[in-house]
Amino acid sequence: MTSLPVPAFSETLTVLCLVLILLVPLAGAGLSLINTGLGRSRSAAHSMMASLMVIATAAVVYFVCGFSWQGFVGRPAHFLAIGHAGWNWLAAEPFFMRGLQFDGSPASLAVLLQLFSVGLAGLIPLGAGADRWRLGASCASTALLAGWTYPLFAHWVWGGGWLAQLGTSYGLGSGFVDVGGSSTIQGVGGLTALSIAWIVGPRRGKYPANGMPAAIPAHNAVFVLFGCLLGLVGWLGLNSAGALLFAGVGVERVVLTAVNTVLAAASAGLTAAIITRLRFGKPDASLTANGWIGGLVASSAGCAFIKPAAAIIVGIVAGALVIFAIEWLEFELKVDDPGGAISVHALGGVWGIFAVGLFARLPRGSAGQLLAQIVGIATLIGFVLPTTYGLNWLLNRFFPQRVAVDGEGQGMDLHELGADAYPEFVTHTEEFIQR
Amino acid sequence: MKLAGFLLLLAGGGLVLAAVALLASALPRTGFVLAGVGVEALGVVLVARSHLPAQGDRG
Repeated sequence: MTSLPVPAFSETLTVLCLVLILLVPLAGAGLSLINTGLGRSRSAAHSMMASLMVIATAAVVYFVCGFSWQGFVGRPAHFLAIGHAGWNWLAAEPFFMRGLQFDGSPASLAVLLQLFSVGLAGLIPLGAGADRWRLGASCASTALLAGWTYPLFAHWVWGGGWLAQLGTSYGLGSGFVDVGGSSTIQGVGGLTALSIAWIVGPRRGKYPANGMPAAIPAHNAVFVLFGCLLGLVGWLGLNSAGALLFAGVGVERVVLTAVNTVLAAASAGLTAAIITRLRFGKPDASLTANGWIGGLVASSAGCAFIKPAAAIIVGIVAGALVIFAIEWLEFELKVDDPGGAISVHALGGVWGIFAVGLFARLPRGSAGQLLAQIVGIATLIGFVLPTTYGLNWLLNRFFPQRVAVDGEGQGMDLHELGADAYPEFVTHTEEFIQR
Repeated sequence: MKLAGFLLLLAGGGLVLAAVALLASALPRTGFVLAGVGVEALGVVLVARSHLPAQGDRG
């Protein structure tokens, strides 16, 4: 929102921020469980292994070069002169985080938060590529995400880049506002998930020659629902730490941020449960979980600046949007997304960003804020989607991302890891699918 | 069709950036930004259609 350096935190604020940041890995644990539970039992160990490897790859690559592109507000950056304003488009930090003091400064706290956030963004495509995306390919794709796509967009939003400066440079409200990462984490991850789903294609048997798409049920609803509870704790940390570090709000706003996060998730989860109850006769656990996470995703953008009643509206819309988007993607666009990652993270994120323009009360006023948010959404779709698709398409040319046909039939656990997740159990008869 | 879709995405994004950078008054700027979003929407439709699986899918 501003390119001015963030003032140093007091000791109390530093400790509070650090504690909040240390909650964020729970969001990653939650997403991992959700992705695993929504996939097939014969790919469960592979899914958790991929989650671990993706988080590891993201952290290392972000350390090597990601931060050098992302930077932080008030630190060195590259500018382009367009019109009367300078466009801050890329950070100019050295590789390997050289020159950064890990002293509890806001910049160092932001780096710690980013190490977790970039892993969170990397986990999102795993939901869309479940049951067919190779382990090595998912790590390579994550390296591209953590090394270029994520840091570039995060710099524009959180590093004092041109989107954050739309307010000061062009009078568009307070500039593009995204407190907790509806765009930087969820939008970027969700659009990468869409790219992966397109590139690897649907699972075998998902779209038979005649008739409806085959239903491939989630193998463990308990994982999925427990993942939602872990996700809530992680998101409380993510949104609250983001509010302190990237929105520049005082500690008094952390309470409002947490209240809004809980209310958005709760209303989204209830909405999803009610809609599925009305449509199918019983509430659907998988879709309710997706609605819950959709509410968390949508809450992130404006959680520090909207009223609790508005957070409930954000959640209700997110919960409904996610349910119908999942169905639309599966039936109309024929995108096979076992984890619902595209609907939850890309569409939920876009809704959250848009909602800031509708509901947020910002310190610099709200005139032009909706346009700033629309510019941010247009940037995500117009530049991030082609970038992430292009990088993954190129990767696929040299390093095929989809597992071999026999591997998919055998299951990712046996094929890629050599052992099943549940060796003592007899798995479902061919998982309801004719091969 | 896929390439055309991605070109439309980039063109729509470029239109949005140009509107922000070059237009000062609110109404034309908003109009061109929304036009850019519309071009992007067309691009998404083309890309999505180019990825529809053939009958009987790849399996």
